[in-house]
Amino acid sequence: MKHTISVLVENKFGVLARIAGLFSGRGYNIDSLSVAETMDPSVSQMTIVAQGEDRIIEQITKQLNKLVDVIKVQDYAGEEYIERELVLVKTHTTSETRAEVMQIVGIFRGKIVDVDRASVTVELTGTEDKIDALLNLLKPFGIRELVRTGKIAIAR
Amino acid sequence: MKGCEIVVEALLREKVEVMFGYPGGMIMDVFDVLYGSPIRFILTRHEQGAAHAADGYARATGRVGVCIATSGPGATNLVTGLATAYMDSVPVVAITGQVPTPMIGNDAFQEADIVGITRPITKHNFLVSTVEELPRILREAFHIASTGRPGPVLIDLPKDIQKAETDARMPEKVEIRGYKPTYAGHPQQVRRAGAEIARAKRPVIYAGGGVISSGAERELKALAVKAGIPVTTTLLGLGAFPETHALSLGMLGMHGTVYANYAMMESDLIVAVGARFDDRVTGKLAAFAPNARIIHIDIDPASVQKNVKVHIPIIGDVRNVLGQLNEIARKGDTGEWLKRVAAWKREHPLAYSRKDGLKPQFVIETMRELTKGEAIVATDVGQHQMWAAQYCRPVRPRTFLTSGGLGTMGYGFPAALGAQAAFPDRLVVVISGDGSFQMNIQELATAVENDLPVKVLVLNNGYLGMVRQWQQLFYKGRYASTCLARDARCPTICDGKAKKCPPYVPDFLKVAEAYGAAGIRVEREREVAPALREAFRIRKPVVAEFIVAREENVFPMVPAGAAMQEMIKGIDLA
Ligand SMILES: Cc1ncc(C[n+]2csc(CCOP(=O)(O)OP(=O)(O)O)c2C)c(N)n1
Ligand SMILES: [Mg+2]
Repeated sequence: MKHTISVLVENKFGVLARIAGLFSGRGYNIDSLSVAETMDPSVSQMTIVAQGEDRIIEQITKQLNKLVDVIKVQDYAGEEYIERELVLVKTHTTSETRAEVMQIVGIFRGKIVDVDRASVTVELTGTEDKIDALLNLLKPFGIRELVRTGKIAIAR
Repeated sequence: MKGCEIVVEALLREKVEVMFGYPGGMIMDVFDVLYGSPIRFILTRHEQGAAHAADGYARATGRVGVCIATSGPGATNLVTGLATAYMDSVPVVAITGQVPTPMIGNDAFQEADIVGITRPITKHNFLVSTVEELPRILREAFHIASTGRPGPVLIDLPKDIQKAETDARMPEKVEIRGYKPTYAGHPQQVRRAGAEIARAKRPVIYAGGGVISSGAERELKALAVKAGIPVTTTLLGLGAFPETHALSLGMLGMHGTVYANYAMMESDLIVAVGARFDDRVTGKLAAFAPNARIIHIDIDPASVQKNVKVHIPIIGDVRNVLGQLNEIARKGDTGEWLKRVAAWKREHPLAYSRKDGLKPQFVIETMRELTKGEAIVATDVGQHQMWAAQYCRPVRPRTFLTSGGLGTMGYGFPAALGAQAAFPDRLVVVISGDGSFQMNIQELATAVENDLPVKVLVLNNGYLGMVRQWQQLFYKGRYASTCLARDARCPTICDGKAKKCPPYVPDFLKVAEAYGAAGIRVEREREVAPALREAFRIRKPVVAEFIVAREENVFPMVPAGAAMQEMIKGIDLA
């Protein structure tokens, strides 16, 4: 099962390496990771998505907690929370298909952020499922390039 | 004050009386301040020796051991020592020089990213980036190393910061928001544990190194006696419970006693105290103690529920929790069980045959008799380590120093030097093998020059014996690269037919002599006790070499990955 884990860490250099090293050294996989400063510039917020049996996830959270630079760890599993990802996707279009692509994007409340003769670039935020659904619909048109952020999450 | 002066001031403030290390270009400023300071400085002959000596000092005293080295190769030479201390939760602070801040990242001469290299083998580490933060970092390093589950901490100190001036002061209090170990056990969990203990019919206490780190030997004994529970210890737990006590089962696990392993397998309640269910202890997990409920007391939450399912976890300092538990613990109905355990002890004692040459076990037993368990024993790694674990029968904590988690050959001798530096008047004995001793044999110079009269008992079987034992048992007797007597004229595959094997290299007596230590060689049983007495009498370092039966094996043995009851019991003396 996928777990979204929020980690508050000291905003110091080397901390990301510690976290990444913990995962690689113990053979845990990170699905995605995003980091940014919080309101308190001495603290960074990481959102880590990891997969594993409960026992593995329990170890991950305990091992994270053990790091001196980690201030707080919260596994959102079983909690009420809001999660978002952002994707930028450049889709191949022709004059015949452009309207259809734009219509699809409209249904998803995505934004067209760039257009040229042969492509449109779409921005969409949403849950993983929503983004996957959009990408599935765009695939037949030909996806030229795609960049996707890791997940961020906040408790309700 | 300059950065280098702050370092020494911090060491003095932490009451560091002795430290170990090796100089070099990027740490010269600190050495310059150490020169003439009240701190006793022991120059080892290899940085690995310095790290192990700091570790040995820490294990023998319970205080933080300190070592120091230069950047690059000096720092990387500490790595094995830090990993050893990390695996066994030993409080060590290592200080390394680093190239000046502006040069970091430029592949400067003798630059190594030691903070990156040691990240997974230290409890925490620091790269000092301004002189203002140096006092705080030094305080935090000692605090982190010695509290919670102890461990090594490294401080990497660039040369420009050693020279920089600041008026930043040492903070009085350490306040680290991400580091708050739990010390007291949750009262409700403790109550549940008390109830389990009272209900148990076949309980065992399984005690590890955490009992020693937290100084809980009295509380442990009180619980065992009060509740009538037999006690087995891990390799690192040796000394946590006196092996002379009727309730002692000695060590458990791969080379543990038959009765300790039987007791674990048959138990209905395991009280794990400061131990971590290592694979060398549990054997095959799926078959481990099938009928036991498990209480696990440990300061490190990550040790609990890691390998086995625990019914009652209690996070806290072992000494506190045992104290809480002792207030409510009552004796269960364990009479029958204690009888059964006693019968196992009678039926399956540790045993070896004294036929066919001088036996290594005999040497250790004799040492034990002569010292009455009062010596501090440090071991290396291999068969001799396991025999030491079986036959030293320590009665006090901090008297059996061994690399359990990492299994570092070359640990014993420098660790013993650290212990001897802490206790100049105590007898410090190393039980080493002919392979292991050669991994840090250069420290003989350190021992001689610093009046550290450590006694090194080299059990010379001419083999990397522990590996040879596995080859004999699991690799069809093909002794690939384990014979230390082998030379270039031997056939590619030894057929064992040579009338005479090549002479053993080196001559340990000559090595001892060359360094100014005393050398003794023993080949027969009857010479063992007199030789040991002589070694213990001499006021200088001694290398006592015992030419022991070459192919003696360590038994009992639970093969790796096998269930605990699939034990090879070894010889039957009946
Ligand atoms: C640094 C290191 N290298 C390799 C090993 C693997 N190893 C474990 S025991 C052993 C043999 C040790 O030989 P010796 O010191 O002579 O002890 P004996 O087993 O013969 O008593 C070896 C090579 C190790 N534990 N540590
Ligand atoms: Mg040997």
